[in-house]
Formats: sequence, structure tokens, C-alpha cells
Amino acid sequence: MAEKAPPVSLEAKSPFELRVHLGDAVPEQTVREALASGDMGFLHSFTTGSAVDGPGVRVVAWTTGCMWRCRYCHNPDTWKVTNGIPVSVTRAAEELGKYRHGLERMKGGFTLSGGEPLMQDRFAVKLLAAAKRMGIHTTIETNGYYAERLSDAELDTIDLVMLGIKTWDPLRHAALTGMDVAPTLAFARRLAARRQPIWIRFVLVPGLTDDLDDLAKTAEFAAGLGNVQRVEVLPFHQMGRFKWERLGLDYTLNDVAPPTAEAADRACEVFRKVGLHAV
Amino acid sequence: MTATGSNATQTMDPAWEGFTGTLWRKQIDVRAFIQLNYTPYEEDAAFLAPATARTKRIWEKLTTLFVEERKKGVLDISQIPTSITAHAPGYIDQDNEVIVGLQTDAPLKRAIMPNGGFRMVLSALKTYGYEPDPHIVEAFTKYRKTHNEAVFDAYTPDIRRCRSAHVLTGLPDAYGRGRIIGDYRRVALYGVDRLIAEKKREHAALDSQPSTEDVIRDREELAEQTRALAELKAMAKSYGLDIAGPARTAREAVQWLYFGYLAAVKEQNGAAMSLGRCSTFLDVYFERDLKAGRLTEEQAQEIIDDFVIKLRIVRFLRTPEYDDLFAGDPTWVTESIAGMGDDGRSLVTKTSFRMLQTLYNLGPAPEPNLTIWYSPRLPDGFRRFAAQVAIDTSALQFESDEIMRRTWGDDGAIACCVSPMLVGKQMQFFGARANLAKCLLYAINGGRDETSGEQVGPASEPVAGEYLDFEDVVARFDAMMDWLAGVYVNAMNVIHYMHDKYAYERVEMALHDYAPVRTMAFGMAGLSVIADSLSAIKYAKVKVVRDATGLVVDYQTEGDFPVFGNNDNRVDQLATWVVSTFMGKLRKHPTYRNAMHTQSILTITSNVVYGKATGNTPDGRRKGEPFAPGANPMHGRDSHGIHASAASVAKIPYRDAQDGISLTTTLVPTGLGRVAEDRVTNLVAILDAYFSATGFHMNVNVLNREMLLDAMEHPEKYPSLTIRVSGYAVNFVRLSREQQMDVINRTFHGDANG
Repeated sequence: MAEKAPPVSLEAKSPFELRVHLGDAVPEQTVREALASGDMGFLHSFTTGSAVDGPGVRVVAWTTGCMWRCRYCHNPDTWKVTNGIPVSVTRAAEELGKYRHGLERMKGGFTLSGGEPLMQDRFAVKLLAAAKRMGIHTTIETNGYYAERLSDAELDTIDLVMLGIKTWDPLRHAALTGMDVAPTLAFARRLAARRQPIWIRFVLVPGLTDDLDDLAKTAEFAAGLGNVQRVEVLPFHQMGRFKWERLGLDYTLNDVAPPTAEAADRACEVFRKVGLHAV
Repeated sequence: MTATGSNATQTMDPAWEGFTGTLWRKQIDVRAFIQLNYTPYEEDAAFLAPATARTKRIWEKLTTLFVEERKKGVLDISQIPTSITAHAPGYIDQDNEVIVGLQTDAPLKRAIMPNGGFRMVLSALKTYGYEPDPHIVEAFTKYRKTHNEAVFDAYTPDIRRCRSAHVLTGLPDAYGRGRIIGDYRRVALYGVDRLIAEKKREHAALDSQPSTEDVIRDREELAEQTRALAELKAMAKSYGLDIAGPARTAREAVQWLYFGYLAAVKEQNGAAMSLGRCSTFLDVYFERDLKAGRLTEEQAQEIIDDFVIKLRIVRFLRTPEYDDLFAGDPTWVTESIAGMGDDGRSLVTKTSFRMLQTLYNLGPAPEPNLTIWYSPRLPDGFRRFAAQVAIDTSALQFESDEIMRRTWGDDGAIACCVSPMLVGKQMQFFGARANLAKCLLYAINGGRDETSGEQVGPASEPVAGEYLDFEDVVARFDAMMDWLAGVYVNAMNVIHYMHDKYAYERVEMALHDYAPVRTMAFGMAGLSVIADSLSAIKYAKVKVVRDATGLVVDYQTEGDFPVFGNNDNRVDQLATWVVSTFMGKLRKHPTYRNAMHTQSILTITSNVVYGKATGNTPDGRRKGEPFAPGANPMHGRDSHGIHASAASVAKIPYRDAQDGISLTTTLVPTGLGRVAEDRVTNLVAILDAYFSATGFHMNVNVLNREMLLDAMEHPEKYPSLTIRVSGYAVNFVRLSREQQMDVINRTFHGDANG
């Protein structure tokens, strides 16, 4: 796709604010072409200096588009692709390049998150490869559902996969996310076979994902992989509620309080018990 | 080299037993002494000792007094015009103090220091309900002229107009200028008699010089310095200690050094009364005593704790207007810690750790203003400990050892917040700051003030038409900066001429070499407002709104424009252009005593007051709203994280801002990492990255907004909550409500609540 002059306004917007319709002006045909070629992608936002999205201090970009409908999602404005800002891969890589020296110093790198970044798998691949060429450590945070879209050679451009595993149980998984768990687990096994490092991210939602037996099975699965470097138990919070309201979506977790520190620690213990490094 | 008879006795002083090197014995050279005798420390903080019961008792005693002081504003006032020897010895708990000496005869009792300006004294007395002593009033209105009066005798109408319109503010024309650091270490290393002999020698060296105005002034100053040193000795004697000779033990070294500093704060109410770079110097004495078995680690820490207690209770009598500018009763007892030596060894010693440990032993506090000379080459153990302390207390600031050492050498110290100078060899003429955002509005309005409508700057045709044109505004701004730079240098020359004449820092200058390097430190406020305003004019469309008199009082901006703090060169270049351009204009004007022009991008808390006095700006900032502090991006506009924000600030060229570039950051603890160890690692990483690039200064706060909001409502729950503002730390609950809101409205990096 020829480099058009899209209204690239990466400036002055917070990753935490609600973002909608930023890509609406892009014709449907262009969106389709962009998704196919990966020359252009749709970003919700990006930030620098993140110390909680992978190893070290990192630049993080969040893509728009996700096929899952997790009930505790804190960024439902990332579900729809055209809510994001259209950005050419060249422009995104150029922006990222400004930080490469600092990222190296900070033993950090680039994390592509979402939404679900593999909804825009061609864009993801091109951007991660560009980062890699600049010598930047790459991480993708994904639910793994579309991971089969990535070839082995493409997986080589990713240093670390942060895989969101909600539960091991297919029925619970469908209830939580509306989707099948099998592709996620298959991707985990594929990465294990490749000896490619994984961090598992697990959102702890009281009443929804805190069943200790279920957790133990998930932990058992994770421990069996052999390539899980770290498990992050992320306590559920209510900071995304306003987005559900503003988007007119039906939020089912109004009455759920964030888990206590003790509860989070109990969950970590389940993972630690099987020999995993959980925080 | 043959030593003379007197030198031979000097070089054999028994107090120096075990020390190596000869040059520093023959001439005053503290740096050489440190380099030849210090022991770099490469390990971690495990050796440190907690506070002793004695230390805790003394600190508790003071804590009770602090409560009373906070209630009353000041605990007590002594109306004896202060001098080094004016007050009888004072104690907190005479039998239990390890290090002695207070500014007056009782802790927290403030002295009047009328030489800087009597008006300020009267106003302070009135504020706190004291009747001025009529004898003092008579003396200082009838017989003794002060710096403040003298300055106004020589001010031009231009200067006065700029002052009242707040284009130039915070000028040190009503109180002590400060930012001069005596080399207090010399008192410990050499003893006062030797220092007096040196000053006499320097005086005698001028005998053969023709008595020009400069030489006469030098002779008089040296005579005053000699007198001050004699008074320093007498003051120590009143505490039962003879400091004529060098210190013999670690405790004496701390005590001698502290007496030197105490003499300075007894006599000068300087805006900043910084301590210098003492920790590693003192460590030589601690190491000697520890090795000889004369001291335990617990005792070593106790000495440092007691010393720091003394530094925490330095007090000056100031007015509410001053506190509006610089909240929280600051004294800027800045101590520079760590850094690298020219030979590649780190200057970190165990005493560098001990100084930081005081923040645990005594709890967090804004003073002394502990300043890490940071290099990514500092040992891991120290970098991790400093990061840990910053996370736990928000009481540290970090400045680039790489930049400052390269520019000034490896024995420099920070005066005030970000002003580097070589200890004992360099001083500065402090010059507050120019409100350049207002200057931009003057450019648009042909020199008329946007709030009063008065003609302050030179009159010219104001901008015509509905929309601002970038080239037109820049040309006008350039011309207006030309004018302002001239007025500013004039004001500074007057102030420092008169300060030398009427409020000379006798003892601080006695602890300098003869003819030190002098800088004249200008400053600017409103950098990010100007950058964003120029960006709006250049990249968006800015429509002017005029009042009935034709004065432009507001702006309507149509369209998006890049803002400072997001690592976007389109606007970052506008910021660097302003800094370099204004510096170039200042350099065109000659300075008093041929001082070298420098500039800082630092506001401390005055960004609030500057904002209050400034009308609407083209960037969308509303009239009266605070500027961002120092070189910070405007609150909330640096929306892409700390890396982007810091990268923008790091572009400001140090060569055109050699008095320092201040960046204050606030990180939320959970944003720094998911577990405690990660947070330390990541903060070290951020500091390593910033200071291996061209970052100059970083204030690090690790705080939650919720906690600050709670502290506003329930100050009693947070008596020691310390936060970094611009260049120094304050006790949060002592800030004005406006200043507290300013802090809360900052960008909190990593805060999911935006």
C-alpha cells in the first residue's frame, strides 16, 4: 500500500481514556486492505516508560480489535478495530525507533498489546520485525486465539509471549470470554515445543476466576509446559467500568470488589506450589 | 619543592596521622586530600545501623516542638540582630547531643537578619505578632542602611516596572541572595588558624597592587573574611570547643565542619544555604576511626544522625509572601552525594550510605536536600539503595554527574536545587527568573501588560488581524526578549553590587579561594507554556480575542498541535530555541565582577505564583493557572509516559542552561513494577537511561494521587509526608492549598486514572 498521508495524530492522548471512532473515516475497503497487508494498523494508544508490561521499562502499543468479550475487560473500547487511530507501520516503527537507546539501557523493549494484536496479525508481524531489526526486545501480549496465523519464522521475531490464560476449563472459558479455550492452550504448547519463553497473565476476578481447584488445574497445565518464566496474577479492578457505561454495554461486574491482597497472594501460591515464579 | 619552616610544622600536624599526600598539606586543597585518602565502597546497604535510643529521644523532643511550630508559624523569635557570635550557645538536650550548635540560644528560635533588608524583618515580626524592638528599628532605619534600600536607590524605572508587573520576580533584593557554598570541610581539615593565615597572605599579596576600586573591594572583603573566621573560632569556644587546629577524630571533623556551616546560617538568611559535598570527605575520618577501633558503626551513624538533626532545624525568619513563592519554609541545605572521580573511581563511600540512612532513622524530611550526583557508572549497590530510598521516601533528587563533572570538575556541589559549582572555588550571583510566558504576551500586545493594560515593555504596534502569524509573533517575541534580557542583567548587576556592599557573606567567602569563578545565574519560568503556545500558533490556528481597549486578552485555538513532553521534535525544538535564544541575549550584556552568564530552567514552587500573575496564553492555559514547574511539560499534556516526557526535557541544551534544568516526575508505585524488587530495578533503569542520555536533573516522587488527596483532608495523618517539588523537597502538609492542588494536578506516570 502506498504511503498516504493519514491523519496520524499519535500525540497527546492518554492510553487510559475512552477512544472511539478514530478510524471511522477510513473507508471499509482500506481497512480490509490494511488488515491484509499490515502496512497500516489501528492503534488505541501507546505509552513509554511502562514498567508493568513485560521485562524492564518498555514502550507499549495497544491495538484495537478483539474477538473476545471478557466480562472483566477494562478496555472495551479496544474491541472494535475502527475505534483506533490508523497508523502506517512505517510511522509506528519510526516513533518506536526514537526510544531504542533508552530501551536498551533500561533492559526493556517493545510490547505490542491490545485489544488482541493478532486481530491485526500482518501489522503485528511487520511492526515486531521492524522493532527486532532495530535491536529492540519484542513482546506480544495475546490471548493466542489467532496464533496459528503466525509462521514459525514470524514467531522468531518475538522474544517473549505474554499469554493471557483465563482458565483451563472450556466451559468456564466460554462463559467468561464467549470463546473457545483450545487455540490458546494449543499456542502455549506450540511455544513450549519451540522453547520460546512465556509469561502467563492471569486476571483474578472474585467469584469468576478465583476457584482454587480450577486455578490448580491451570497451574498444572502451565507448569507442564516448561517454558513459563513468570506468572503474573493481575487483580481485577473497576477502572474500566466507565468505559462499559459510556459505550452503552451491559457490564455484569458492578458489584464485584477487587480481590484482597491475601486473595491475590493465595492465587500466586497455587502457581508457586507447582514450581512457577508467580507475582 | 622545599617546605618553609612554618609549612614543615603544618605538614606534620598530629591530627593528620595516617593520611597520605603532601600537596594538600602545603596549600588549601580539600579535593586532593579526598582523592588521596578516601575508600570507595562498592557493596550494599547491609552494614548500616539503625537509630540509637539517644537519637530517637532527641528527635522525639524536636518532634513535639515541630507541632507547636506548625501551629504558630514560628516557634519563637530572637530580636538580637544576628551575627556569628550574637547568641549564647543553644542546645536541644545539652548532655546528650553528639554534635552541638544552634543558630540562636534555643532550638527553632529564629533570628532577625536585617542586613539583607529591614522591611522583610518588620513584616515578618508583624505577621507573627511580635512588637519590633525600638532600638533595632532605630538602628536599621536611622544609622544602618540595608541591601534592600540600597538596591532601590539604584534601580531604574524599567526594573521597577518589570518587578511590579511580575515579568521579573523573586529577585533577591529584599533578603539574602544565598546559593553560595562555603567549603566547610576546610574548617575540619585545616583548623581555623591556618585558614586565617591563608587569608592574611592573600590580603598581603594585594599590597603592591594599585588601589583601584576592585582591589580596594578585595582588600576590604579579605579583611572581613579574616574577621569572620576569628568570630567562628570564638563561637566554637562558647560551646567549649577549640577549632583553631584540625579535627582529630570523625566526631570532631563533623563538629568542626558543622560549626563552619553554622556560622554561615547564623549570619545569612540566604535564599538557599547549601552544605556542599561533605559525605565522602567525612568518610575519610570515619574510616580512620573505625579501623583504629575508636568507633563502631552504630556510633558513626549516630554522629551523622545528630548532624542531620541539626541540619533539619535550620530556620530563617521569612514573610508569608516569601512562603507563597517557596512553600514549606525551605532552607535548601543541599548535600551532594556520590558521583564519580576524574580518575574513574566512584566517590561513593559508606558515609554516602549513612547520609541516606538518616531518612530511615529519623523518617523522611525535606531537609537536608539530599542530592545524588548520578552516573550509570556508580556501583550497583549504591544505585539500588538510592532508588530504594527514593521509592520509600520521595526525598531524593538526582542530577547528572556526567554532565556536571565534565563541565565543572569532580568536586562540585549543588547550591539550592540544580546549581552546580566547584566547592570553595566557585560562587554564583543568584538571579531568580524572568517570566518569559508573560514576555511572549507582551510581544503580542506591543509591550502592554495583558492583565493591567499598562505599558510595561517598550511600546510598539500590537499584532494586527484576527489570527496570529507564527513568523510575525516570533519576530516580536525575539525583540521583546532583547529588551527583557537587558533589564534583567541591569537588575542583577544592581542587586549583587549592593549585596556585596551591604550584606557580604563574610564567612562563606572566607571558605573560598581568593578570586573564585563567579557565575551570574539567570533563570526563566514558563518554558512549556511558551513552547506549546508557539506550537499552537505554528501548527493550529490561533484567533485573538481583544477587549475594548484593543488589548489581546484571550485566544481561541482551532485544530490540533503537538505539545511539549511527548518527544516530538516539532515542538521540542521550539522549547530549545527559546532557551538558547534568551541565553544568547543575556550574554550580550556585561555583568558585575565579570561573572559568567548562566541560566536555569527551574521554578521551585514559584510556578504557581508566576501563573497567577499571567493572563490567558495561546496554548489554552487559562489566566491565573499555574505554569509547569521548571522544565516540566504542562500538567497532563505529557501523555505518553515518562520516557517520552523525559526525552523532551533532555533535549534542552545544557550549554545554554548551565545553572540547571529541572524535571520533576511523579510515578505511582504500582506503575514502577509489580513487586518491590522490580520497582527498584526499574527506577535504577530509568535513572541510568536518563543520565546516560543528556538528562540533567530528575526529582523522583513515588506516590499515589489518592494519598495526596487524603493528606489534604487529614494532614494530621501525614506529618512527615515528603514530596519533591522542583529542585527540592517539601513537607506536603505545609504547602498552601493552591500549591497542593498544583502537585495533585501533575502528571502521575503509570496511573491508570490518568
